[in-house]
Amino acid sequence: MYEIVFVGRGGQGAVTAANILVEAALIDGLQAQGFPFFGAERRGAPVAAFSRVDDKPILRHGMFNTADAIVVLDNKLLNQDYISQFKLRDKGVLVLNTPYNTPPRDFKLRVEGEYSVYVVNATQIALKHRLVIAGWPVVNTSMLGALSKATGIVSKKAVLEAVRRYFSGRIGEVNAKATEDAYELTVRVV
Amino acid sequence: MGLKLVLTGNYSIAYAAKMARVNVVAAYPITPQTSIVEKLAELIEGGELDAVMIRVESEHSALAACFGAALAGARVFTATSSQGLLYMHEMVHWASRARIPIVMGIVTRTLGPPWNIWPDHTDYMDQRDTGWVMSFAVDNQEAFDLTLQAFKISEDPRVYLPVMVGIEGFILGHTTMPVEIPDQSAVDEWLGPRRQPYVIDGSDHLALGNLASPEDTEEFFMDIQNAMEEAKKVIAEVDEEYSKIAGRPSMGLVECFKCEDAKYLAVSMGAWSGDLKEAILQLRDEGFDVGLARIRYYRPFPAEQLYERARGAKGVVVFDRAISFGSAGPIFLDTLASIARYSRKTPYVKNVVAGLGGVNITSEDFSKIIRKFVEEVESDALVPFEWYHRRGG
Repeated sequence: MYEIVFVGRGGQGAVTAANILVEAALIDGLQAQGFPFFGAERRGAPVAAFSRVDDKPILRHGMFNTADAIVVLDNKLLNQDYISQFKLRDKGVLVLNTPYNTPPRDFKLRVEGEYSVYVVNATQIALKHRLVIAGWPVVNTSMLGALSKATGIVSKKAVLEAVRRYFSGRIGEVNAKATEDAYELTVRVV
Repeated sequence: MGLKLVLTGNYSIAYAAKMARVNVVAAYPITPQTSIVEKLAELIEGGELDAVMIRVESEHSALAACFGAALAGARVFTATSSQGLLYMHEMVHWASRARIPIVMGIVTRTLGPPWNIWPDHTDYMDQRDTGWVMSFAVDNQEAFDLTLQAFKISEDPRVYLPVMVGIEGFILGHTTMPVEIPDQSAVDEWLGPRRQPYVIDGSDHLALGNLASPEDTEEFFMDIQNAMEEAKKVIAEVDEEYSKIAGRPSMGLVECFKCEDAKYLAVSMGAWSGDLKEAILQLRDEGFDVGLARIRYYRPFPAEQLYERARGAKGVVVFDRAISFGSAGPIFLDTLASIARYSRKTPYVKNVVAGLGGVNITSEDFSKIIRKFVEEVESDALVPFEWYHRRGG
């Protein structure tokens, strides 16, 4: 079983990312769950969404705070207290939306052992494709491309297909382009 | 075989109501139920479902509107949660005592105060004595299957009782999973047209809810009890027929998971049974002879099946996500009564109440509780009731 937490701000599409990941897992012939934080959330405030992916039926339910991959949709959340509730398992992967191609410093995310960090400038990709809603760059679909590159938990092909299914039409195509760009541009820095 | 869709538990219930081709939906929003009727409104608006959506001012009116439409011959659906379900409670009794088929989704959420939107079984258990058939799902696939089957069971002349289908809010309600949807044509053929004991459409004289003698009244209630007994057979039959169009095995009233030869039997209901199954697999690896009987139908209560599962066990541990304050968990009380009904020799039976107010219970918690239970039984030092509570993590 592979467990993933998406950390972002309310309105950035973390929950949508978790749900598209389920669609991608289904396309890859895997089992999956996706769900939001259980409770109320506010636009702009830090939020989390969760996914589980496995090749066997998933029996367990509910939120978790220790994950195999943590996808952060806004790099400024890394040094906020909010993120300290989450922990990366040994050999876990942090996937970060950031303008910097350097290892992140002073982060409050907890880690259990060895970890790797992958970065991508998803905000720039979103702006390039004019993926902006109410003034906010939409980075969730790009971060799914980055997650696929960093972990291989779902294939690039499945993520692209899932994005197209979820949004359909032109919006689906634009998002899929952003996902593909992010996949290509994601690099390991730690 | 039909489609495989990624759906939340709430959407799974909405899609089942759609495939049953409901004619009328009446609802009032409440967290965590709202997205069921939002999805139905969307399906109606988009022309995918030919039904009337009645927006009402309260849950009491929601079920009253469904009741009225059902009396007139419509296939109806509503859904609610928590305080909304309590507000509806009077009408819940009206529907069952009038023997009118209705299907309702219950997305469980605890009762306030304190104000809390997280799931347990408190609101659901409050409906225990209403005369509704009551099922509860373990995952989204089952939420879909039980809801679709609810229409067939409710409309069976041997039953003619309303049916409520429970899922926990958030844990299933807001969680997406792949769900297999059967072919509409196969569903149509299997479910058939609406059936009900009488129709109030002005073509005949019929009085409902008028004054009845004590004896007549009691006989009405005796009929409901008999219909519940019949419902046990109907539920098993319907599940069996449905398994053919769904292509999945039927389970009837109780799911047996590694329980055939279990020396220690766990009993539970709802999504946390999944976490409990994970614990059972882990404990089996450690050499514990443990299994699970999972309640799929709480009313009628599967007394015979539970007795059969429990009779060979040395110990039975019953997990409840609700409590009858001053007594114990409702499933425990029913389980104990079921075993005692058929035998004077009962195994050790323990009740663990946990997860109230939405406290997260994991497979590690279940493993810990069961290890301790086995130790208690083996040392003849059973703690018969335990409220398992923890904070954090």
